[in-house]
Amino acid sequence: MSGARKRQSVLEGIRAALGAGGSDKTRKETVRKRLKSPRANLVPERASKDRAGRLELFTGMLEGQGAKVSHAKGPGDVPEIVAAYLRDNNLPTDFRTGSDDLLAAIPWDKTPSLTRHRGRGKAGDGVTMSRARAAAAETGTLFLTSGGENPTTLNFLPDTHMVLIRADDILGSYEDAWNVLREVYGQRTLPRTVNLISGPSRTADINQTIVMGAHGPRRLHVIVVG
Amino acid sequence: MKPASRAFKTNATRALENEPLQRALRGIKYGFVANRAKARASLPEFDRLRDEARAIKEHTLAHLDLYLEEYESKVIEAGGQVHWAASADDAREAILKICRDAGARSVTKGKSMVGEEIAINEHLEAAGIKAIETDLGEYLIQIRGEPPSHIIAPAIHLTMDQVEADFRNIHKNLPPERILDEPGQLVAEARAVLRDGFLAADVGITGANLLIAETGSSVIVTNEGNGDLTQCLPRVHIVIASIEKAVPTLEDANTILRILARSATGQECSTYTTYSTGPKRPGDPDGPEEFHVVLLDNGRTEMLGGAFHDMLRCIRCGACMNHCPVYGAVGGHAYGWVYPGPMGAVLTPSLIGIDEAGHLPNASTFCGRCEAVCPMRIPLPKLMRHWRMREYEKGNTPARYRWGLKLWAFAARRPWLYHALTGLGASLLARFGKRRGRIRSLPMAGGWTRHRDLPAPQGKTFQQLWRAQEKAS
Ligand code: SF4
Repeated sequence: MSGARKRQSVLEGIRAALGAGGSDKTRKETVRKRLKSPRANLVPERASKDRAGRLELFTGMLEGQGAKVSHAKGPGDVPEIVAAYLRDNNLPTDFRTGSDDLLAAIPWDKTPSLTRHRGRGKAGDGVTMSRARAAAAETGTLFLTSGGENPTTLNFLPDTHMVLIRADDILGSYEDAWNVLREVYGQRTLPRTVNLISGPSRTADINQTIVMGAHGPRRLHVIVVG
Repeated sequence: MKPASRAFKTNATRALENEPLQRALRGIKYGFVANRAKARASLPEFDRLRDEARAIKEHTLAHLDLYLEEYESKVIEAGGQVHWAASADDAREAILKICRDAGARSVTKGKSMVGEEIAINEHLEAAGIKAIETDLGEYLIQIRGEPPSHIIAPAIHLTMDQVEADFRNIHKNLPPERILDEPGQLVAEARAVLRDGFLAADVGITGANLLIAETGSSVIVTNEGNGDLTQCLPRVHIVIASIEKAVPTLEDANTILRILARSATGQECSTYTTYSTGPKRPGDPDGPEEFHVVLLDNGRTEMLGGAFHDMLRCIRCGACMNHCPVYGAVGGHAYGWVYPGPMGAVLTPSLIGIDEAGHLPNASTFCGRCEAVCPMRIPLPKLMRHWRMREYEKGNTPARYRWGLKLWAFAARRPWLYHALTGLGASLLARFGKRRGRIRSLPMAGGWTRHRDLPAPQGKTFQQLWRAQEKAS
């Protein structure tokens, strides 16, 4: 059977099972409406906190998953926080980022011990840094989007992943975060990859014991700016 | 994988005598079961979310053709290709062709139950393409040549000693004197070995937990990040997904994700949830150049609108098996195919036929815990009963059972006879177990008493006690 015939036969099978004709107008209209203006379903109460409450929930959730969360008053404080974190954990002081504006606006040269490389993630990268577009405090989840600003490989190849997020971008629910992405990318459109990240990589496949750093980063350091 | 479900009884007996397996299975209670209970308690909306998730899936299934068409058109718009597969054969053929066209020599795989269902690894290996499982649990069973024993924790049956022995056996180029006596050391070794596999792979294959019609995105959830390295490094990414994975919108996906991890591992959410939409875009420094989705039917359409329709809501969380006393006693391998536990007992006969899998719907005590915890509110015991009825109607039930049932029915329709017989039975059993209050073995019921004791009845039936009470008052 050709590809088109297989497609036809699966779809016809479904229509026959549902007792629906292909030209059924009401069904089509229902689907069109639901996709055109997506509506939120039940959103957990815990997602509707004020700014301070969101920040607290976000931090608590991430730390509960084994991530480290730091707070910077402004972009100027970031290099020192990064340098201290790397020093405390005996990590290399060079790291890789994409071309993100927020990352570029950080006065890295204030702290000469740090060296910033640019580009996509490489095998053997020790430390990388990305910027999250949004976060949902609900579960302590960062939303990272693919592209030259923040290449996806930076999220998964290194041993230590650092993520910068503006405090204002920490929202309550997943619904809030998707609405931000809809504003940036348009209706019914997403970037190639959206990574929701809620902690360092982990596995419990051996002995039902949790071990950090299965395939992705062993450490996740989140820096909230503002 | 060739089904071995016919041998359920022998498999189960062997499993009950397998001490390491029994130890591993006991761990489920303190891990998955306790953690799910905690996660549920800390989200007051949990049960209402279950109702909504169920409604979302029912709505999607009622419009499945249309949502799949929408999903397909968004994938194509994003530069991807969709391949429809009516059968496992179609899917294998499509995947092999994509791999051949890409000149692939090695393929990395994220965990995919549909991949297990169509036995894609064997198919690729037979064509000379190396398939590497990258989920740690899947890797552990792949090197042993075993099927998964749990849908979210495929190697749950293995002990650490077994893993250590396998690693020493397979990772021959590493120093034999290395120390491997903690889970962390074993994980680190697997990480290093598999990293090379990720970097060398030409094609990455992942499954999908959800297909979003709104955006043409497929979603995977992992804790390890293996699914991401599988899809962001190779030149070609193939998603293999069955048709019932569709949902309308991102919001609908949110609802299902809110109950998925909580029901599965008891986490608030999985560490990584990844939405993939088409191949690399202009200006993207990384990501696959080709993006394919293989949409598999393989018997789902036949379930749609029929007696087993409800099963199409399953989101493969594994809660039903974690809470199942039968699964907890015999583990996943006894079920003999890809899907174990209560969900497998319903799904396997639908996918490979009741002749092959007729024992599975009988592997239940009908305690109802599976239905009570199923996030999608699937009436699993009812569906198992449907299979039992079909089997009975087809005459597949052994003569001994049929006669037994007929005798029982004869008595049950005659209350005086039924009461007399149960009264006799209760007093006999009471005498039998008088000394300990428990019965260790019973003639003709050795299969039952070998692995558990029967509490001895107190000598009177409920009906007799009731009557005595009535008289007294
Ligand atoms: S049947 Fe329900 S509990 Fe079992 S895996 Fe499917 S969704 Fe989870």
